[in-house]
Amino acid sequence: MDSSSLLQYLITGLTLGSTYGLTALGFTIIFNTTGVINFAQGEFVMLGGMMSVFLVRVLGVTVPLAVPLAALGTMLTGALVERLAIRPVRGCPSINLVIITIGVSILIRGLAMLFWGKDTHVLEPFSGDQPVMVLGAAIMPQAFWVLAISVILLTGLKLFFSLTTQGKAMLACSFDPKAASLVGIGVQRMVMLSFMISALIGAVGGIILTPITMTSYDKGIMLGLKGFAACILGGLGNPFGAAAGGLILGVLESLGAGFVSSAYKDALAFIVLLILLFVKPSGLFGQKDAKRV
Amino acid sequence: MKAARWIVVLLLYLLCSASALAESIKIGAVLSVTGPASFLGEPEKNTLLMLRDQVNSKGGINGQQVEVIVYDDESDVNKCVMAAKKLLDQDRVSVVVGPSISGNTLAIAKFFSSAQVPLISCAAAEKIVRPVDPWIFNTPQLDRHAVTKILLDAQSRKYSKLAILTVSDGYGQAGRGVLKELIPAQGFALVADESFGPKDTDMTAQLTKIKGTSPDAIICWGTNPGPAVVARNRTQLGLTTPLYMSHGVASNKFIELAGEAAEGLILPAGRLVAVEQVPAGHPQKRVLEEYVANYTKTYNTPVSSFGGYAHDAFALVREAIIKGGSAKPSDIRNNLEKISSFAGTSGVYSYSSDNHNGLDENAFIMVTIEKGAWKVMQ
Repeated sequence: MDSSSLLQYLITGLTLGSTYGLTALGFTIIFNTTGVINFAQGEFVMLGGMMSVFLVRVLGVTVPLAVPLAALGTMLTGALVERLAIRPVRGCPSINLVIITIGVSILIRGLAMLFWGKDTHVLEPFSGDQPVMVLGAAIMPQAFWVLAISVILLTGLKLFFSLTTQGKAMLACSFDPKAASLVGIGVQRMVMLSFMISALIGAVGGIILTPITMTSYDKGIMLGLKGFAACILGGLGNPFGAAAGGLILGVLESLGAGFVSSAYKDALAFIVLLILLFVKPSGLFGQKDAKRV
Repeated sequence: MKAARWIVVLLLYLLCSASALAESIKIGAVLSVTGPASFLGEPEKNTLLMLRDQVNSKGGINGQQVEVIVYDDESDVNKCVMAAKKLLDQDRVSVVVGPSISGNTLAIAKFFSSAQVPLISCAAAEKIVRPVDPWIFNTPQLDRHAVTKILLDAQSRKYSKLAILTVSDGYGQAGRGVLKELIPAQGFALVADESFGPKDTDMTAQLTKIKGTSPDAIICWGTNPGPAVVARNRTQLGLTTPLYMSHGVASNKFIELAGEAAEGLILPAGRLVAVEQVPAGHPQKRVLEEYVANYTKTYNTPVSSFGGYAHDAFALVREAIIKGGSAKPSDIRNNLEKISSFAGTSGVYSYSSDNHNGLDENAFIMVTIEKGAWKVMQ
């Protein structure tokens, strides 16, 4: 095994992992505000990708304009989901809400299939598809976009949650909605905001990933699952952990395919995940929290 | 009052006998119109309905109108079994076209042999027709024909070391089986055997591993979008090893998805992908041109070779009914076996009692992709 192959596996893993990490970030935000896992998160990623393809391919919008439009469209969808599906049942236990999000994901997938058909679509890379060679390993320019935008999103979130009043208010809601509302925080507004932000992050992820992974109406299922796994791996509720979990999962898969067998790469990644959960149930970067179960 | 009752009875009797006189030929179909295999089932259904309308507007088959009953199995084997039973027990069809996928075909085959109704599958697995079940036929080219065609090409280029990269679904694994059988049998060395998941978005790791074994060529077996990712990753890695694809990606969608990376790839394909390049004297020329023209006019979408499988199934049934002058299930079966040199969209069919696929490797042509379009190789 030469070093350029190893480097190639690592780079492949990191690119793949950033796709999982971006999905995982969205899970984190909604979980942080509501304590609910939003299984429609993968659908937000799909919507971002499909909307940008629709805008560019069918409506002829330029890419720099299509990106914010698609992100905005998905954000509105996120708000609608909260308004129509989550708010009417706000008193229910978390588990009911989680199941509702699964239903929402099936609905969004079905609608996307009806509107845009069942084909796979692709978007041109933002800055060409000539690979950059580093020590014998090829890196796609789009991978730099993905990594850079992931870092920007991550930093932005970190600042939002730790510095702004809105961010702190959202965190307060996740700890105790009742107490939060007693100190004057509009809990429902925060929940809606969290859905909009996570839809936005999902959409941005979906758009920048489409040139690499392509997109289709059912893209969200797999991304949602892997993103959820990344969340668990990194520790639920920690944006940094979610991103790191995604990267680790991607690298594990790629190394598994390279050194063991490509047929068992998914299994390998999930076996590592299971072992980790047995050893450290709160995830790699999760805080021990005795109260929250 | 009594007279009135008798008139009603008489009228009913007349109605019944009238409908018996004009009884239509019932052709059933169970196809994966929705679900993961909808890219197969949808064009197949469209094709059947289009052919039904064409035949009926021209007076039907042997003067009898054709009724096509299509059920959607949603790519699900249980729904497929239910639909098959419904077609056999309630609708009492003379012949059934479909299912779209191999697993579903194998699951319902036994019902057709016991009901003694012929089934013409649009799925390609070899198990469907080998060993021969008297009541089960299929129309697509077999994987064996495609692999043979690829290996003939590899032989002419003096390749000796081959690597395979297959998708981990039914299509890929069936292809992998045939590849692993025929590659050593034809005197090649199989140096790498890798696979990828149907929904995977990056195959760089597998290609890097294959690169390490320095093969003369790579054979990738899968259906969209996986092989498009493989093609893209290959150019991204700067890999110059020739890449063969399977006939599973012989559609313009593949060129769209793979973009620049599709240039120079070689694959076996039915003649449907390059109808205008089929020489004028070829027996399939007229059938192909007609099908393409009608389909694009009726549905305003491009044809796919999958729809062609249903086209051929319908055309073969029609031929068998005309040949025998009867639409009884057993007569259709017997006359299907008598069809020889019958030009369809996928190839020239010659069924017999020990060959229920009817095609050979000549149903394929080797094509390459040049400037975003298919080009037939000589």
